[in-house]
Amino acid sequence: MKKVKFVEHIRPDVTTDIVYMMCPMHLLKLDEMMGKLQKGQILELLTDYDGALEDIPEWCEKTGNEFIGVDETDDYFKFYIRKTA
Amino acid sequence: MQCYFDHVATTPLRPEVLEAMMPYFKEEFGNPLSIYPLGTNAREAVERAREQVAGLVNAKSTEIIFTSSGAEANNFALRGIAFARQHEGRHIIVSRMEHHSILNSARFLEKMGFTATYLPPDRHGLIDPEAVRKAITDETILISVIHASPEVGTIEPVREIAAIARERNITFHTDAVASVGNIPVDVKELGADLLSMSAHQFNGPKGAGALYLREGQRIIPLIFGGIQEGGRRAGTENVPAIVGMGRAAEIAKAELPHRVDGIRRLRDRLIEGIMKMEAVHFTGHPEQRLPGHASFCVEYIEGEGMLLMLAAKGIYVASGSACTSKALKSSPVLLSMGIPTHVAHGSVVFTLGADNTEEQIDYALEEFPQVIKRLRELSPFSKGWGDIEEGGTCIPKK
Repeated sequence: MKKVKFVEHIRPDVTTDIVYMMCPMHLLKLDEMMGKLQKGQILELLTDYDGALEDIPEWCEKTGNEFIGVDETDDYFKFYIRKTA
Repeated sequence: MQCYFDHVATTPLRPEVLEAMMPYFKEEFGNPLSIYPLGTNAREAVERAREQVAGLVNAKSTEIIFTSSGAEANNFALRGIAFARQHEGRHIIVSRMEHHSILNSARFLEKMGFTATYLPPDRHGLIDPEAVRKAITDETILISVIHASPEVGTIEPVREIAAIARERNITFHTDAVASVGNIPVDVKELGADLLSMSAHQFNGPKGAGALYLREGQRIIPLIFGGIQEGGRRAGTENVPAIVGMGRAAEIAKAELPHRVDGIRRLRDRLIEGIMKMEAVHFTGHPEQRLPGHASFCVEYIEGEGMLLMLAAKGIYVASGSACTSKALKSSPVLLSMGIPTHVAHGSVVFTLGADNTEEQIDYALEEFPQVIKRLRELSPFSKGWGDIEEGGTCIPKK
């Protein structure tokens, strides 16, 4: 597993809340939302699924989008992805 | 003559609904998650049904989660919200008018460390919104109050209760299994965050229910697994039943405005006729009630005897809820309304549907008094009630 980069105070353009939704909704929703974003815009994806820590950076690498990093709260993660592809 | 007056137990499946379902039992057997045409056809059918069900309650299709039943939807709502919000507080409020699927879920949550307040109704079965307000604590995260009682027909002031919940940022759920498809139900007008419904209550198939979940509301799944229902309820979809629920919802929406008045007229004739009998008490709210619902307590006899004797004459009714009828228990709902145990034993519930006729009402009004007369002649209480012992047991009058 790659080392996950932790970030703070990122200002997203769009937020999608999939907390408590089951795997692999994080990848399906990510794909769906990135299709709706303009190039350069940032998506914030909220999920409690820890497998996303591995899956989302990998997905970004595979699809050529920029994985900005993760922020953590008590109950869930906030993933930040910039659409670059 | 056969008279089915137990529409709150279940309703007959409409032929158009069965017709809509049939292809999904046969040639269209695909799994909605498969990406070839058999699968995409099934997926499209499920999504069409979602829109139809959403249309019946004025929700967005993305706010509808299909379940296997109303009971599952109720379990999902209570447990799913309680666990999703437990870090904010661990107190829930439910009413004593609720179905077992709510009451037993609340009891389960108590075992899991939550606290629960069970609100009593008044003598008409109404929950006072102010009593809800008073029961709220800083720990309250969820309130669940039934929309309409299947046992006494009372329609609760859900809109007022939902508004109180919203003021305090408390999630509000209503069990609308007995009302959806029978009276107009609009989730936005009611202000509910979650609402349960069941297809077989409005001429759809058994095995299909749905939970309305307002957009933005988080819920922890009851059934873990795959990505069905947006990753919120796992399990390969019961496609034929879901399609049937959708079609039944579409029919109910189209017919509701014309259907309600006719059913209410029949119900009022039945109530008027039955209330002419001696020692019979009407239960539930006189006006604020489901249009097809007529419920009574008949003194000196038991509901079970009435059910069996009426069934022998082709008249099918209930006593208490379907579950309590089977268990031969006094209905906790009736007891919570202050009806004494010995009177609650004589509970009888007539629930009418669009398939009932004037002739059936005439027949029931002819036969019912005779059944009561015969049972009272056999009853140890034929001379009336005597003393009531501790625990509610009644001794016959000598």
